[in-house]
Amino acid sequence: MAKQTVKEVLLKPIFDNNPIGLQILGICSALAVTTQLSTSLVMSVAVIAVTACSSAAVSAIRHRIPSSIRIIVQMVIIASLVIVVDQILKAYLFDISKRLSVFVGLIITNCIVMGRAEGFAMKNDPKMSFLDGIGNGLGYSFILIVVAFFRELFGSGKLLGYTILNPVTNPDGWYNPNGLMLLSPSAFFIIGIIIWVIRTFKPEQIEEA
Amino acid sequence: MPPKDSIANTFLVSIVLCVVCSLLVSGAAVSLKPLQERNKLLDRQRNIIEAAGLAEDSKALSGKEVEELFASRVETKMIDLSTGEYLEDDPAYDARKAAKDVKQNTPVQGEFDIGIANREQKTRVYLVRDSSGGIEKVVLPVYGMGLWSTLYGYVALDSDLRTITGLTYYEHAETPGLGGEVENPSWKSKWVGKQVWTEGAPRADDNLRVGVAKGAPSPENAEYMVDGLSGATITSRGVDSMLKYWFSNQGFGPYLKQLASQEGAADDGKTNS
Repeated sequence: MAKQTVKEVLLKPIFDNNPIGLQILGICSALAVTTQLSTSLVMSVAVIAVTACSSAAVSAIRHRIPSSIRIIVQMVIIASLVIVVDQILKAYLFDISKRLSVFVGLIITNCIVMGRAEGFAMKNDPKMSFLDGIGNGLGYSFILIVVAFFRELFGSGKLLGYTILNPVTNPDGWYNPNGLMLLSPSAFFIIGIIIWVIRTFKPEQIEEA
Repeated sequence: MPPKDSIANTFLVSIVLCVVCSLLVSGAAVSLKPLQERNKLLDRQRNIIEAAGLAEDSKALSGKEVEELFASRVETKMIDLSTGEYLEDDPAYDARKAAKDVKQNTPVQGEFDIGIANREQKTRVYLVRDSSGGIEKVVLPVYGMGLWSTLYGYVALDSDLRTITGLTYYEHAETPGLGGEVENPSWKSKWVGKQVWTEGAPRADDNLRVGVAKGAPSPENAEYMVDGLSGATITSRGVDSMLKYWFSNQGFGPYLKQLASQEGAADDGKTNS
């Protein structure tokens, strides 16, 4: 594998090799936390932090990790970081951490984090791994934020809690909120459309039938 | 250092890693605990304010406003549940810990089952007084088992001590979207104005009518009951028995009777003349 540049490592996962769009990883949390933009933003930051730090940590000790226990070593590092993030959210963003409920804890099982630790950090130096973690976190965030934007806007007529489309429940409202947007299936539709759009512009991502 | 794949190295790496990670986790947990505790306290105060209807939109209040509003309007009182008498407040007392402590708890008895074996003997209630010093609202802590978890919440009664003015849950782990809908504002708003006991009848367990119906409540129950949450039968049942239990003589019954006689709200709901 040719040496990757900083820019490639950081930006490739957003469009060219998006963890959700191309690798179809981390779908579970992408469905669960995207009913509101604010929760998605916090979730994105949490995932970026965990992916970046865990990749850097795994990479830093990659020459000492015995191959027989490498997966469990990665899991321990990831799990510890996730607990720290969860504690920080509970201390500083109590309201949002209540709404994210179990999904912060479930970052531990997010395939993206594990995938980067095993697939990239074990073979590259800490700096590149850290940037790769940020890049993949950004790729995940990009999808999450786009999905949440449409779901919150059309599902409840709001963005970040501010009313944009005045719902009919208000006296002078005209917008009839689309309840489907608040349910998980709508995230599938939106992710599907995003993948379609990305692949229209980047035909090389289309798998052979 | 031993070679990478040797048994010695495997043990070394796993031990060092475990120590480092546990230090990291416990360090974060311990150092952030005071902030988290404050958040929890604020969240409870916010829920009391919401149940009592002291603010238009309790979610919009900042932490400081919650603290100030709580301090200025809400009076905290410790009571003995079995007699209903007021007790000296002990700031260190934690009702939730007491419920688990054999020296401070008592078995949950009576016909209403909240899915929990023991409850505390003493608890705190919250009074809101009007300008003349009479009771405007009284907020009572309630809890009981739902499907996955114990639901903790507050129920507020109006000055007649018979009409619910709010029910909020601040801690539970029910399924989001199903049982978790106990937090849904539109469901919570259905509780406002419900009567706890048969109208005009004394506050006795036989007259307890408050609860959650399966489907829309029938016309004769509409005054007392709320439509259950669809897809959350067991959570709804938990809310139903929790309210019945805490308003019964096993729960806040003795206290409410005593408070009513002190405040001059007659037991049958008609005001004394």
